[in-house]
Formats: sequence, C-alpha cells, structure tokens
Amino acid sequence: MLTFTLRRLLIAVPTLLASAIVIFALLQLAPGDPMANVPLTVPPEVKQRMREALGLGEPVHIQFWKWLVQFFWIEPQVLIDNIFGTGFADGKLRVLSWQTRSPVMDIVVQRMPQTLWVVGTSYLVGIIIALPIGIYSAYRQYSVFDQAGTFISMVGYSVPTFFTGVLLIVIFSVNMPRESFFWFPSIYDTTHQVNDWASFGFQVRQMFLPVMVLALYNAAQISRFMRASMLDNLNQDYVRTARAKGLGESIVVMVHVLRNSLIPVVTVIALGVPQVFGGAIITEQVFKVNGLGHLLIGAIEANDLPMVQTLTFIFAVLIVLFNLIADVLYGILDPRIRYD
Amino acid sequence: MNLRSALLGAAALTALAPAAMAERGSDGHVNIIYWQAPSVLNPYMSGGTKDIESSSMILEPLGRFDETGALVPFLAKEIPTVENGGVSEDLTSITWTLKEGLLWSDGSPVTSEDVLFTYEYCTAEEFGCAQGAKFDSVSTVEALDELTVKVTFKAATPNPYLPFMGGQSPIIQKAQFAECLGAAASTCTEANFNPIGTGPFVVDEFKPNDVISMSANPNYRDPAKPAFATVTFKGGGDAASAGRAVLETGEFDYAWNLQLAPEVIAEMEAGGQGKTVVGFGTLVERIEMNLTDPSSDLSADVRSTREAPHPFLSDLNVRKALSMAIDREILVEIGYGEAGRATCNLVPAPALYASPNTDCLTQDLEGAKALLDEAGWVDTNGNGIRDKDGVEMEVLFQTSTNAVRQNFQDAIKAWWEMIGLSVELRNVSGSVFFGGDAGSPDTFQKFYADAEMYANNFDGTDPQAYLAQYRCDNEPQPDNQWQGENINRYCDPEYDALLDELAATGELEKRGEIAIKLNEMLTKESYTIVPLVDRGRVSAHSNTLGGVVLNTWDSELWNVADWYRIKE
Repeated sequence: MLTFTLRRLLIAVPTLLASAIVIFALLQLAPGDPMANVPLTVPPEVKQRMREALGLGEPVHIQFWKWLVQFFWIEPQVLIDNIFGTGFADGKLRVLSWQTRSPVMDIVVQRMPQTLWVVGTSYLVGIIIALPIGIYSAYRQYSVFDQAGTFISMVGYSVPTFFTGVLLIVIFSVNMPRESFFWFPSIYDTTHQVNDWASFGFQVRQMFLPVMVLALYNAAQISRFMRASMLDNLNQDYVRTARAKGLGESIVVMVHVLRNSLIPVVTVIALGVPQVFGGAIITEQVFKVNGLGHLLIGAIEANDLPMVQTLTFIFAVLIVLFNLIADVLYGILDPRIRYD
Repeated sequence: MNLRSALLGAAALTALAPAAMAERGSDGHVNIIYWQAPSVLNPYMSGGTKDIESSSMILEPLGRFDETGALVPFLAKEIPTVENGGVSEDLTSITWTLKEGLLWSDGSPVTSEDVLFTYEYCTAEEFGCAQGAKFDSVSTVEALDELTVKVTFKAATPNPYLPFMGGQSPIIQKAQFAECLGAAASTCTEANFNPIGTGPFVVDEFKPNDVISMSANPNYRDPAKPAFATVTFKGGGDAASAGRAVLETGEFDYAWNLQLAPEVIAEMEAGGQGKTVVGFGTLVERIEMNLTDPSSDLSADVRSTREAPHPFLSDLNVRKALSMAIDREILVEIGYGEAGRATCNLVPAPALYASPNTDCLTQDLEGAKALLDEAGWVDTNGNGIRDKDGVEMEVLFQTSTNAVRQNFQDAIKAWWEMIGLSVELRNVSGSVFFGGDAGSPDTFQKFYADAEMYANNFDGTDPQAYLAQYRCDNEPQPDNQWQGENINRYCDPEYDALLDELAATGELEKRGEIAIKLNEMLTKESYTIVPLVDRGRVSAHSNTLGGVVLNTWDSELWNVADWYRIKE
C-alpha cells in the first residue's frame, strides 16, 4: 500500500505540472484585460503604464517561470517563516494579485475558513441527511417514502442553487417579518466573530440559508448513490444467508448490507471534498459569503490572472490528492482490493 | 480591543439617550453596500470606482466637487481662483493653502510635504499610477512653507483643478508611503490596505474584495463629526441583491449605483425599507458611428483606419437619418426610467458647457426615409435593403453584454430596419469590449463594426480633455496599438483649431461657448456621435439614514461625515 501511495504521488508531479501549464496557457489565450474595469476616463497611455507595472509586458514563458518560482519556492518559504518566525522570504517577490497588488496566498488563507465553515458544514449536513434517506429508500423500494425521496432528490439535483438561494431569500429574508424567529439574514456578515453563545447563535443563523441550499444539492446527489448501492447489495446471496441464519432485520441491513454498500459511497464522498475547498461559486455569490468560490469568480471577472492561476492550481492539487485518498480508502474498506 | 469595544458600547449607549447636540460617534453603526467590492484602498493603485469611493471615506483631497459641480475646499482653506490670487494671471500655476491644525488619523500634523509627496508618489517611474492623467500637465510642485503648496503647469491651464482635487487624487501621508515609491509600491500591502488619512473614518480591518470595517477618526477636524461610530462597507454580489438589502430586507443603509431595470427598482421600493436617490452627471449612452471601413476584406493595417473611409456611414445624410430614426424617449422608458433623460448632447452638463440642442428628441421615420432617398440611397435590386453603387446598407451594430444594452439594440435595429437598412447585432463581454487588448478583434477601440453603443463621461466638471479625445490622429490605429480615444476616427482641422483655442481660453463664458460649439460639431452638425440617454446614477438609502446628498461629480461618499441616523 505504501509503495502504491508513493508511486501515485510521484506520478502526480508531472500531472500537476502539466495542469499548471494548461491552466496558464488557457488564461493567456482567453481574451480579456485587467484594465477593463478601469473607467474610460483614464487615458490609454496611463492604462498602458499600469499594465507594464503589473509585469504584462514580459514574454509569456518568463511570466510562467516567475509564477512557478514564486509558487513553489518563495511561497513555501513564507509558510516556514510564518510557522517558525524565520526570515527566508524577506524581500522576495511573492505571487501578487493584480486587483489588490497584495500576496494571493494571504487572501486565500483569509478566505479559506469561511468556505470550510459554510460549504464544509453543508457537505456534512448533506451527508447526514442523505445516508438515512438512501438506506431507507432502498430498503423500502417503491414505497411512498422512496417515491417522495426520489422526487425531492430529483428536485434538489436539478434545480440550480441560484434559484433555490434566491427563493429562500425571498421567503426567509424578504417576506418573513424581521422580528420572527424564522427570519434569516440574506447577506453573510463576514466580519462577525464568534466569542460567546449569542454570537455563535448569530453565526448559525447567518449560515442557515447558504448551508440549506447547498445541503439540499449535496444530499440529493449522495442519497441517490446510497440508494443505488444498497439496492445492489440487498439482492446478494450473503444477505439471504444472513437472514437464513436468523439475524434480525436491523443487523442484516445496518451491519451487513450497509458496510458493504458504503464502499462506493465513501469514494464518492471523498471525491467531492475538493469541491468543498473550491467553494460553491454560485451560492457564495448569492449570499455574499467571502469564500474561495467568491474569490475565484471575482478574480475571473477582473482578469486577475495570478489569482485565477493560483486558485485553479490549488484546486487541481486537491483533486489529485483526494483521488489518491479515495483509492487508498477503497483498499482499507474492502480487504479484497490490494494494490501491491 | 477591549477598550475599543467598551468605547463602542458607550457610544451605543449614548445613541439611546436623546442627545441634544450631535456628537462624534453618537449614532452607532452604519452599513454600506457596494456590489463591486473594493480591492485596495489606494486610489493611485487602482482606477476602479469602487476603490476610489471606498477610500474617499478615509483619504481626502484638497477640494471636492459638490452635488452641483461647484468646488468646495476640504483640506484647503479655500479654493484658489484668479480673483483671490491663488491662480496666477497667466494660468500657469495654482497655490493651495492647507487649513491650519489638520491632523492625520495617527495624530501627526498634515503639512505641505505630504501634498508634495503625493505628487512624487504618483509620478514615480515604474509605478503605473492609475491617476497619472491628473498630473500629466504638471511641471513642478513646490512646498513653499508648512501649509502652502504651489503647482506649476507646463503650459497655461485654464482648468487648474486636476491635481489634488476630487476623489481620484487625495493626499496620502508621506511618513506612511515614503518607502513605497515606484516599483516598490506593490510591496506596501499594509499601507495600501490601511492608509492613514484625514477623512472621517479610519480602517480597522480590510478584507480585500470583501469588506472594510471602519471606525470614526479620533482626529477628524470637526469634533462633532462623523455621527457614526463604526461603518461596515460590504462589497460584492450584484446590483439586484444590493438593492434588495437596502430597500426590501433593510439589512443595509446605503447601496451604490443600482443599475437595474426601472420596474425592478420600483418593485423593490415597494418594500418600504428605503428610498432611491437619483443624480445626473455627464454619463451619456451613445452610438458611435464608424467613419472608416471595418470590412474584413481589408488588410489589418487598413481595416478601420482613416485610409479606408466607410462605404456609407461617411455620408452625413446617412448618419443623420440613422439618428432621426431613433425614439430616445422610448429608450429611456425601457432602459432607465427615472434614472435617464433623452439627450442630443455629448456634454450634457454642467449647464455652462451644455448645448441647448434638442433637435434629435422627436423621432422622424418619414423624414429619415426621405433624407436617404434624397441622398441616393434607394433599394435598386428589390431585396428590401437600400443600396447605392453596389453598396448595400448592411450595418453591424455592436455593444457590450448588458441587459439594457441588448434591449436598446433590439429597439434600434427595428427602427433602422423600418427605414430600409439591414442590421446585424452583436454583443461582446464587457471585460473584452472595454479591455484594450490590441490582439483582440472585439474591443470597442478596434471598432470592427459599423456602429457601437456604450457610455462614457468625464472626470470633474471641465470637458476640455474629453472633447480633445476627438482630435485628428488620436484615433486607435495599428501605430498606437489601437489605444487612441477618437473612436469614430473623426478628423476635422477646424475642430482641432477650436480645441487649441479652448486650451488657451481662461474666461469661463468664452470656454462655455467654445465647448458648446465643439459638442455640436460632433453631434448635430456631423452626427458622428449619436447621443441617446443622459444616464443618472441611482443609489438607495434606508429610511433612517439622513444626510445623503448624491453627488455624481465626485465620490458618492463625499459627505459621509455628515450622515446621521434619523431618530424615530
């Protein structure tokens, strides 16, 4: 297993390098100009000087090399400096955002907690809702519960989050009276700090709408997988054997069938984790949660190439990493699978 | 931190007590939302409106424009003029005097050195100062004494109120930015995110592209102001949700620039939590006519350059007919409602510079048809499209992607087809259309189309630089990487001569006359530019927020120090 992991990690290096090149080339080829948002009242020669100050005049391969060095050599030094208080990176040029002219990684670190809180919670809530629904739907296939579950998950799966998000805002923020317990804020207060129960309560309230929107979507997806996987296993011979041995229904389903059915579901859940880090671009936009998705879409709109490049690359790393984790988990959960 | 929260608590308590007199910080907290989020709080780093307006709460210039476009002193004692001796008789220099006793928010005194440094900062090599245009005409800036600064221009400058005037060129603190000159500017993240200023508020925390937390500046020059102790300045999202947050849910007190369909705004206002305010400036939505041939058959060096005149738009009668076919009142109704006025002028304001021309306001389809007939543009081959000498009148009409603009395109296409043209529509993403990428065929500068629509305005109240964009040779062309501003490739020696005359004239009345003439040469005499709508700015504030004066000549937050909470 260890050699397998090491081999996969080594293969990941060229994969990631290739994806960095592809991302960079795509961004270079895409039309757009970081000065597009500067008002027309700023004369073209001033805009030209601003572009040069951003380093846009340099040849493409130099720009790419600079980014590689900054990302793989200087940024780790900054990280070490932050942890150990050393001074390796002093005075070295980091990956700078074109919008803010400040280090990209600082902003990423600032945004990460919101994404993990909101999108991460919604993922957890989604899983917690999805698993029982999936199990029960499969166990009582074609029952009223199963039909209703199928309907709801189809709705959750096919209705886009920009619709459910705005719908919930209209119901819970606009039409609900402000004094009501069921009134929830439509705009996430990103300056809010949790330091006592009351502020924790507010945090829960302001996370409620975005988390529900995303949880509906996630739950819909995972519950379908859970149901399908359970159905596959319920008809297996070992289930009949277990029942023939006289085991109770709850043990048959919750121990024998569930454990076997969880294998593909766990893989699906693990593969979905990079999405959590990627943030939910649309939902974060609708509720103005200052997470990574919000950051990415803003950077794309502003043609902030260093920011887009860095963020997309981080997502690429996470996807490669969680693919590996899913494969390893598979081996651990299912003793029949051996990679060596 | 503890002390601060204790102070804030105290401030909140005093807000509850019926205060007989206004007191700094007595009105608690105010929430402002801009649907574009500020990226940096240094207007010299970024030309974006969101960055200029957010930093205007912290940084201040010597003087600002008020809601009528008049000059108001801020850090300066008074506005220098020729009459009070502040501007030299020959119009080549202006001398500013700072108010006495001004302090930065860190408690150190504001001196003329800071003003001088602001000039040095923006003009430093390799910086790429976003407000460079403000200082282009300046030859030297000298600090005469502690409080006096003299700005000398390269030539006689009838409008000397460019540097250090308005939200775009505020004064920054020398002590804070001294290490940030030139290429080092982007290493000063701390200074760019937390500038020390003289304005009513100071930054507590800045999260780029998201939110700014501010509190009242303890050293602000008016001890009774600002009324608010703290501010949350939230950015991001879209205009609709910003409007909703103020007008419907009441979560925010002020929302900036609600570019929304009139019926959407009306519906939101019915929410009853707030009201909209409208202000008009110089922003004009217009159609620009391409006087050169954008045909793709031409080589890249000739296409859309003055070497190749346009096959039919170079005919004045055609351009005039196209203008006559448009009903501007309907456009206002479908696109802007309260926030728009039909106009025939490129320079719609200030009154001194605005032409009284209203000829274009009534649509005249029959007249347009007659004009085209007269000019020899008739349908000779029976395909429903007018032609002459084998040239079919086929128009490619482009603009940026934006719901209102696409509605306009549809309406204008219908009118132009009624008078016998064939119209093809195209819309290009704003970031490409307005991005000056010389390699892209889709920029508004390159103008590979026959007509295009967008809006533009000018900074401050003087239209000289704006009108000078239409000078010969200032057009985008291969030689200048398509970076010129004379989008129509207009070229008239008489116009250029009049521009020179304007640049040498100091007397306001006379300047007004010349500017009106220049505006008319571009619009009603040549129909090179076909103005459509004078676009106002719509912002919204909650019913409990008082003191809002919408200003389109400067930052919208220019008088944020005077904002207060209306007590019920």
